[in-house]
Amino acid sequence: MKPKTEHGEVILLSHGGGGIRTKQLISKIILARLGNSILEKLDDSACLSIPESELAFTTDSYVIDPIFFPGGDIGKLAVCGTINDLAMQGAEPRYLSLGLILEEGFPLTDFERIIESVASAVDQTGVKIVAGDTKVVEHGKGNNIFINTAGIGIRHPDTDVHISNAQPGDTVIISGTIGDHGAAVMSERLQLENCLTSDTAGLWPMISSLLQNVPDIHCLRDPTRGGLATALCDIAEASGAGIRIKESSIPTKRETRGICELLGLDILNVANEGKALVICGQSETNKTFESLRSHPLGKDAAIIGRITEQHPGMVLLETVPGGERIIETPMGEDLPRIC
Amino acid sequence: MALSEHIQTIKELAAKLDRTVRVMEVCGTHTMTAFRSGLRSLLPENVLLISGPGCPVCVTSDRFIDHAITLSRIPGMTIATFGDMLCVPGTESSLEKERADGASIKIIYSPADALNEAVKHPENKVIFLGIGFETTAPTVAWTIKKAAEKRVSNYMVLCGHKTIPPAMEALLRGGDTMIDGFMCPGHVSAIIGFRVYAFISRNHRIPCVVTGFEPIDMILAIEMILTQIVEGRAEVENQYTRGVTAEGNVSALAMINGVFEECDSEWRGLGVIPSSGLAIRKDFSKYDAEISYPAPELPEPYRERLCICGDILRGVKTPIECGLFRNQCTPATPAGACMVSSEGTCAAYYKYSLRQAD
Repeated sequence: MKPKTEHGEVILLSHGGGGIRTKQLISKIILARLGNSILEKLDDSACLSIPESELAFTTDSYVIDPIFFPGGDIGKLAVCGTINDLAMQGAEPRYLSLGLILEEGFPLTDFERIIESVASAVDQTGVKIVAGDTKVVEHGKGNNIFINTAGIGIRHPDTDVHISNAQPGDTVIISGTIGDHGAAVMSERLQLENCLTSDTAGLWPMISSLLQNVPDIHCLRDPTRGGLATALCDIAEASGAGIRIKESSIPTKRETRGICELLGLDILNVANEGKALVICGQSETNKTFESLRSHPLGKDAAIIGRITEQHPGMVLLETVPGGERIIETPMGEDLPRIC
Repeated sequence: MALSEHIQTIKELAAKLDRTVRVMEVCGTHTMTAFRSGLRSLLPENVLLISGPGCPVCVTSDRFIDHAITLSRIPGMTIATFGDMLCVPGTESSLEKERADGASIKIIYSPADALNEAVKHPENKVIFLGIGFETTAPTVAWTIKKAAEKRVSNYMVLCGHKTIPPAMEALLRGGDTMIDGFMCPGHVSAIIGFRVYAFISRNHRIPCVVTGFEPIDMILAIEMILTQIVEGRAEVENQYTRGVTAEGNVSALAMINGVFEECDSEWRGLGVIPSSGLAIRKDFSKYDAEISYPAPELPEPYRERLCICGDILRGVKTPIECGLFRNQCTPATPAGACMVSSEGTCAAYYKYSLRQAD
């Protein structure tokens, strides 16, 4: 009896065995799109010459389901997510590693599509993938594809945008509408028809321009998992300052609000993958705001609050009706409620 | 009138009353709206908004959760459930922990997804945990009817549905709950109509206002309740006119009555309330998980000695009065259901109370 798919159309265990099939997979698909003078050596390690001494180093793993979603896929996310972690340190992303865990039976056409996404994201941002690994797990023990990327960036020694730097009087700015990524992914998962797309994007060009215009930015944070709420709480906790946010100032898309309302999700807790939270000194507010707004990724930037010496370590929201409530780090999974 | 003007009217009405007025809402979504909008911070000091037993997860008994957990351990069994139930602690475990141990637990958004799961996987048995009030019951009834129509033999429901009006009356008959007005649940009322609450106003002289879910709806409802109290009236009024009628949703009621029948039901914190639950009718007994998989010997429910979820659900105490609150009992380490559920009073107070402690 013939298999449902022809051999050669799907990932097989032997693709992860380190032998000929692995070499073929790497050369025909990975190097074909991601090759550069360092990666093509296929050494055990990439040897990098970095004269600048201040480095930023980060790693992230990506297990998103579904792997394809409106506005992106796991490949684009794996590049942009790690680039953004470097950008949030004020570090210019330079090099990435790409670790792949593939599931036996994963269609090669889907794999190629993801590598193409990785390549596009890399081309747009100017980073190089210089190291990688490919493993294959048995059918049923993966979720098609998991990706890990680690990244190295170069940081100017005077740049200090750590989240502990927030001071009373500072302004809080978000670079655009919130919750779009999480809402788009959730819609795809639940097969809800809408026009939402993920905001997945590499933020370094916008941040680089911002740091040139306003060298003394106090804090940068990208509100990924856990949404804006978690990012604000992290800043409040690290800096020991209070944060006051005006709910009516937070930019949101109608479609994102709609999905969140339908599913009983708090939009403040929903993930973003192409937004930055920026804290600047009060006197730098206009320059910061204008710099963000002048970049396509920051066209919907908005001033949403301020840092205060009241309620230290706590984030308070002035609600639309005029009330007040605390914003807290969400507990864990944001699950659709009964009613 | 702008929202701020309604708040001002509420303050003026409250000033005419020389006592504290307690308005109870009995709907998890009202609890959440009140929390998210910071509604309590807008009310005058002598108007208290109390959260009652309106969170279907919070009022689900330990016995139901323990039974669901034993079912999840049966080989070849998939438990389909609304997300809220996942983390509720049973006596010894939770569905979340069972999932980590290898149990097949599927979080669904709609009961139809649970039925689809059974259709897609005929090799498994699928039991849907039927939790929720009259808003949810029609859709669950629909899945049972559909399963019967399509002869889906591997789909069942563990029925834990409850109905709101008997619980409201039980709160009043209990004697220790001081309620001056009810904010009636909007979506439950969309199904059952607002006439059903007449007995509360008539027999107990308590104003009832059916309320929508936007902050402005709740503010208007409070204004309507206070107006009744000031004018010495006790009537059923409908603030949620865009969703609720006197007789309710006739088709949905027919769906419920076609599949379910009244039964006594155990409510956490309130005990057994007669005729407050729904059980699957004999005609559909092959879809009743309670019959196919009756509860085996279950662990003796453990009540954390100091947990006062029961008093909180009845509205006689607030979470701040609980000795465990914010110490041993937090959203990360919940002692009772009121802290686990995102609609639970204790979970909502956990955030708000930090501010009040300043």
